[in-house]
Amino acid sequence: MSLPEAARGRFGAFGGQYVPETLMPAVIELEAAFDEAWKEPAFRDELDGLLRTYVGRPTPLTDARRLADAVGLRRVLLKREDLTHTGAHKINNAIGQALLAKRMGKKRVIAETGAGQHGVATATACALLGLECVVYMGTLDMERQRPNVFRMRLLGADVRGVDAGSRTLKDAVNEAIRDWVTNVRTTYYLLGSAIGMHPYPTIVRELQSVIGREARAQSLDLLGRLPDLVTACVGGGSNAIGTFAAFLGDTAVRLRGVEAGGEGVPSGKHAASIVGGSVGVLHGTKTYVLQDDDGQIRETHSISAGLDYPGVGPQHAALHDSGRVTYVARTDAEALDAFRLLCRTEGIIPALEPAHAIADLRYVARELGRDLDVLVCLSGRGDKDLDTVMRTL
Amino acid sequence: MTVARLSGIERIERAFAAAKRERRMAIVIYLMTGFPRRDATRGLVRAALDGGADVIELGVPFSDPMADGTTVQRAGETALREGIRLDDCIAEARTAVAERDATVVLMGYLNPFLRYGPQRLADALRSAGVAGVIAPDLPVEESAEIDAALMPAGAARIDMFAPTTPDGRLERLLPRARGFVYCVSLTGVTGARAGLSEEVGPFVRRVRARTPLPIVVGFGISRPEHVRALRGVADGVAVGSAAIDAIDRAERGRSEDALRDLVRSLREAGAA
Repeated sequence: MSLPEAARGRFGAFGGQYVPETLMPAVIELEAAFDEAWKEPAFRDELDGLLRTYVGRPTPLTDARRLADAVGLRRVLLKREDLTHTGAHKINNAIGQALLAKRMGKKRVIAETGAGQHGVATATACALLGLECVVYMGTLDMERQRPNVFRMRLLGADVRGVDAGSRTLKDAVNEAIRDWVTNVRTTYYLLGSAIGMHPYPTIVRELQSVIGREARAQSLDLLGRLPDLVTACVGGGSNAIGTFAAFLGDTAVRLRGVEAGGEGVPSGKHAASIVGGSVGVLHGTKTYVLQDDDGQIRETHSISAGLDYPGVGPQHAALHDSGRVTYVARTDAEALDAFRLLCRTEGIIPALEPAHAIADLRYVARELGRDLDVLVCLSGRGDKDLDTVMRTL
Repeated sequence: MTVARLSGIERIERAFAAAKRERRMAIVIYLMTGFPRRDATRGLVRAALDGGADVIELGVPFSDPMADGTTVQRAGETALREGIRLDDCIAEARTAVAERDATVVLMGYLNPFLRYGPQRLADALRSAGVAGVIAPDLPVEESAEIDAALMPAGAARIDMFAPTTPDGRLERLLPRARGFVYCVSLTGVTGARAGLSEEVGPFVRRVRARTPLPIVVGFGISRPEHVRALRGVADGVAVGSAAIDAIDRAERGRSEDALRDLVRSLREAGAA
C-alpha cells in the first residue's frame, strides 16, 4: 500500500516525523511557514540585519598560529562563534526561529536547554522580539550551569526544572514536547539543535549555515584556497552541520565531527551517538542513538552539558553512512587538556563543547599529516564552564 | 504455542460487536506491564477483565515517554526498574489470551518495537494472540515499516487522531484505519483530568462522519461521569492514568479490588 504522502524530511534512511498525531498538523504548518519565509527577501533581510547589528556577525576567523604549532598542524583557523552576542552559535538559530514564531503569530515560545546556551539565546531573542519564553532544563544541568539559569531569568524567561529520567537535555526535550502537545495552537517550539522531527533539522541547519558561508569566504580570503579539513564538535550537531553545509560540495575538503567520548567509548559512559550508538528513533527522528538491547535510551555522560545528549541530528547520521564526514570521539580528559591549551596558546577560553574539536587536532595531525590547514568551529566561549573546569584542577 | 484462532483485527471486532449488542460503551483499560511490581500484572489484568473491561492495553515501558503525563511516566519508570522488557509484555498478553480469550493490544513507543524487529514482533504477536499495537509516536506517515510486518500477521496498528487533526487529513487517513480509531480527547498528554474536554464532542463527530469503525476516546478520561457524557458520542473509552492511580492508592493487598471496582463503575456508567 502506498503512503498517503511521501515520507517527509528524510536524509537517506534517517530523519522523519515520529511525533504524536496532535503535533502532525503543527509540524506540517511549520514546514510550510519556514519554506515561505525562507524564500522571502524581506524575512531574510530582517534576519541578516539582526545578525549584523545585534548578534555581531560576521564573526572573525582567527589564524591560531601558536595552537597550530602546539598540535603539529600547518595552520589552524578558528571560526569565532564564541564572539557572538550571548557567547555561542546558538543565537543564530534562536533569532531566526523567534522571527519565524512572530511571523506565524505565536506569542509564546518554549525551548529546551542542556548547557543553557540555547536557553539563554532563546530568552535573549524573545526579550528582543517581545515574546513570552519558557525554557525546560534538566535539574542536573541547572546545578552544573547555574550562571545560565540566572541569565535566562534576568532575560525574563520562565525556567522550569525537569526532574525526570537522567535530569539532563533529553528529559528537557521530552518535557518541551509535552508542553507543545498541550499548547500547540498558541505555542512555538524553538528547538535548539539539528535534531528532532522534520522540519527542525533542516530549519536549524539553514539558520546555522551562516557559519559555514562566512568561514568558507574568509578561508578563501586568508588562504587563497579552501582549508584541507573542516571540523566541529557534535552533540545534536547544530554548529557542525551549519559549518559543514557550505563545504559539502567541496569534495577536496575533508569534514570531521567530534563527539563527546566522556570517560571513553568502551566505558559506556559517553555521549558519542554515532561512534558508539546504533539506529533508533528518539524525539521524532530516526538517527543514531545510544540505547540498550531493548531500545531503551541510555543515560549519557559528558563533562560538557551541551554535548550530553543520546542522539544526533539525522543529517549527521546520513553523512556518516555516506562517508562524507568522519566522526570520532574525544574524552572528557582530552577536552579539558585542550581547554587549557587554547587558553594558554591563544588567550581564548573556549566552551568545553568545542574543546573536544580542539582536542582532536593532534589526532588529525597524526592520522592525516602535519601539512594541513584546518578550520575549526569554535562554537562558544567558556565562561559558563569555569566552575566545571575549576573543580577538575 | 499458538493460542490464536481469530486474527487480531477479528478479536477487536468481536469485542466492540459485543459491547454494541449490549448497547453499552466498550471499556478499554490501560495497565503498565510490571506496575507496581513485576508479578502484579497477571492479577491486575484478571481484575480488569472481571470488572468488565472489553479490551486491555498493556503498556510497554519506554525511557522517554513524550506523550505521557506524570502518572504513566512514573509507572513506566517503575516498570523499567522491575526489568520489564517487551517479551515480558507479550508473555502477559499471551496469558490473558490463553486464560480468558481476552482482547489485548500493546501500547508503547516506537523505538522498543523497532529494536525488537518488526517481523519478529509480528510473529510474536500472532503467536500470543495479541490483537494489535498502539504507538503514540508513530503517525500514519511513518508507519509503513511496521505495517508491512503487522498487517500480514492480522494484527492491527491502531491509528490515533487528535482534535488538531484537520478534516482533510482525517479524510485521507481514516480509510486506512484498522480495528478501531483512537481519538485523543484533548490537546495534551495522558493523565486524569477533572472535566471532559469541550472539544471532544465536535471532534468525535468529525471522525464519525468519515469512518464506520468503532471510536474509542482516550486521554483524560477518569470518571464515570466522563463515560456517561460520552455515551452516544463514542463507542468506547480508554482509561489509563485513572487505573494506575486506583492501583497506586489502594491499600496494601487491595489493588486488584480497587481496579475491579473502578472498571465496574466505568462499565455501568457506559451502559444504557
